[in-house]
Amino acid sequence: MSSWTPHLPALQVVVPLMTAPLVVLMGDRRLAWAMTTAASLCALAIAIALVGEVGEQGTMVYEMGSWAPPYGIALGVDAMSALLLLVVAGASTLGLLAAATSVSTEVEHQRQPHFYAAWLLALAGLSGILVTADAFNIFVFMEISSLSAYILIAGGPDRRALPAVFKYLAMGTIGATFYLIGVGLVYMMTGTLNLADMEQRLADVGDAEPILVAAGFITVGLALKAAIFPLHAWLPNAYTYAPNVVTVFLAACATKISIYVLIRFDFFVFQANLTEHDWQFSYFLMPLAVLGILIASAVAIFESNLKRLLAWSSVAQIGYIILGASLISVTGLTASMLHMFNHSIAKGTAFLALTCLALSISRLELKNIGGIAKQMPWTMAAFVVGGLSLIGVPGTAGFISKWYLISAALEMGDLALPLVAVILIGSVMAVIYVWRVVETAYFAKGTGVVAGDTIREAPLAILLPTWIAVLLNIWFGLAPSLPVELSGNAAELLMGHLR
Amino acid sequence: MNLIFGIFLLTLMLITGIAVVRAKNLFVATTLMGIFSLLLAANFFLLDAADVALTEAAVGAGISTVLFLSALSLTAEQEKPCYGGRLVALGVVVITTLALLHATLDSPRVGDINAPVHQHVAPWYIEQTPILIDVPNIVTAILASFRGYDTLGEVFVVFTAGIGVMFLLAHYPHKKPHKPHQGLRHYLIQRLVGRTVIPFILLFGFYVQFHGDFGPGGGFQAGALIAAAIILYALIEGTDTALTVIPSWLLTGMVSGGALLYSGVGIAGMLMGGNFLDYSVLASDPVAGQHLGILLIELGVGITVTGVLLSIFFAFASRKHF
Repeated sequence: MSSWTPHLPALQVVVPLMTAPLVVLMGDRRLAWAMTTAASLCALAIAIALVGEVGEQGTMVYEMGSWAPPYGIALGVDAMSALLLLVVAGASTLGLLAAATSVSTEVEHQRQPHFYAAWLLALAGLSGILVTADAFNIFVFMEISSLSAYILIAGGPDRRALPAVFKYLAMGTIGATFYLIGVGLVYMMTGTLNLADMEQRLADVGDAEPILVAAGFITVGLALKAAIFPLHAWLPNAYTYAPNVVTVFLAACATKISIYVLIRFDFFVFQANLTEHDWQFSYFLMPLAVLGILIASAVAIFESNLKRLLAWSSVAQIGYIILGASLISVTGLTASMLHMFNHSIAKGTAFLALTCLALSISRLELKNIGGIAKQMPWTMAAFVVGGLSLIGVPGTAGFISKWYLISAALEMGDLALPLVAVILIGSVMAVIYVWRVVETAYFAKGTGVVAGDTIREAPLAILLPTWIAVLLNIWFGLAPSLPVELSGNAAELLMGHLR
Repeated sequence: MNLIFGIFLLTLMLITGIAVVRAKNLFVATTLMGIFSLLLAANFFLLDAADVALTEAAVGAGISTVLFLSALSLTAEQEKPCYGGRLVALGVVVITTLALLHATLDSPRVGDINAPVHQHVAPWYIEQTPILIDVPNIVTAILASFRGYDTLGEVFVVFTAGIGVMFLLAHYPHKKPHKPHQGLRHYLIQRLVGRTVIPFILLFGFYVQFHGDFGPGGGFQAGALIAAAIILYALIEGTDTALTVIPSWLLTGMVSGGALLYSGVGIAGMLMGGNFLDYSVLASDPVAGQHLGILLIELGVGITVTGVLLSIFFAFASRKHF
């Protein structure tokens, strides 16, 4: 144990955060990429180290400025945050490795240093939300991550990125404001901002109306930021028009961090203090999750733009994550956590494959990829594995979380059958929308190639990160002990707060 | 008396708010927003939140208005009519308002000494600040030291905003030569009055920067004031003259430098054996260390806020000529 070990929770945020201004100062695009990638790799190493530490000693607490909570701000890393830190740092690193080849086709050279600075800020913001144990501090880092996400998406080459990002900005701001109103109300009734302290002090306040209203504001605000159906309107276009590598990064982790805050806040603060809150939580979110799975999958089946197809699939997959959480059981929450991890790998792989495709094809439409698997076999093979994992085929990561989700649904008594049916129907729909892409790429005649596009296999530099993601899908499909263990511990922690 | 004045101000705010929503002309809406912020600042002052009032007046009423106006000069003056979806919007607003009203039913009364916010952490801050940090302004102690990590986050929010505007509006001078912007140089009265007040605004800005330990103020407000003085100079003398005084490399340096200074102080705390942002270890005496730390991070805040506000203003202003 080195002397830096206790500082790891702080360094997880500070390293990418401090690299951002340095990147702006340097002002050279190649150097900017190198520094950003180095910082991201460093963040990944810290996240892996934190997973080890959390496994050994349980929750790691760090007092910012050496002031004890609730007077100062404390960080707290437990199994739940460690699992998602891996997701965020991993997605950022793979995205950046792909960016070396891909970004210059979408973002002008002079603008790239600012682009990478925004990337680092997004990484720092998302990590900051994960490590903190303070309700207001979550909001501060939510602002950093949201603002930088808007910048990254607006960097897209298509002018339609701007209205898409404006919509995201308006909705994201409303979501963050709702969260802040909720925190303000809880602060009004407890006088504290530390999550653990809130839970304790709320015990004396009990079922006061402001607390119930606060729970409502926080749930709805975060649901908006997490794009939970029917508050997902900003997501499809934002993912579609963003630069491809940005979609890889954000689709893999951004909405999941809002779901993380939603679940954590609800279980750590409200569950123990509001009567019948487990019912309120379940009955609010379960119908939305079911509708999200069914409707968004159906829309994805009829979508012809490849990025938007995967974006709609994301809305559906968010439904699975919420469904698991809404069951309020150890198995359900384990499934929910696991699916955050596995879906990020599956969707990351699929979007990385699209990033490779975009190097050859200017418009990622279904009609333009007829027979493309002949020219780009490695790219399409990667897409197929990502797709199989999205569907939940045995041997891929996606299977593990679907398996846990079905086991959790089977524990539900009367609800078991309908819920299992929804999960299976959703998976069949995923088979259809993935198959449409695969069928066109492998079996259709190459007729729809746009003039000016020369199709050749993507360079090795971008195939490498894509195939790392592919192998991760298979690795965590065959040897899932690490995420399963972390998710199980996280679920136990959450359920420990139940009334 | 306070109560009557408070109700009067809140009523005015309500009226202004409705007027903003109803205004079709965006310049009118922007001006009304400035009035709204000023009323809000007066309200904060009435509630004895002098620090917040100063910030709201400087940022909300001052800088935001200037930024809105520069943004408007790039777009249209009239709002685009938008029909459809209005009932849904009205429904959402009504439900939100009712929920908020419902939440106030059980809330403690304004100024109630037994309210939870006055019973838990606040007494500790009041008791311990003179011992641990020894600055008269407890708000500064909380923002800069006890919750200094939040403030670091806010500085990076400002930094992110600056990066965003520069990324989106970046203009590269080689595109088209433009004729130099004359500003108000030929308007004698504006020029004379402007030149007279600029030094005073700057002086007040520095006072607010370095007096934050003792009275209301600090880096955020000071940054806004100093930026306001320079923006006024740019309006009078023209953007190009202002850019020769503060060249763009200096602006970039300020934007990044302040944020680096703040986080650098945090790292220094780590290297000298404390936690991140622990100022007590910066000097042999913990209280002196706290003073040094607060001075440095407030300086970092001021530099970044000034740099970002100016960068945003210049990004809009130099865009005008294309």
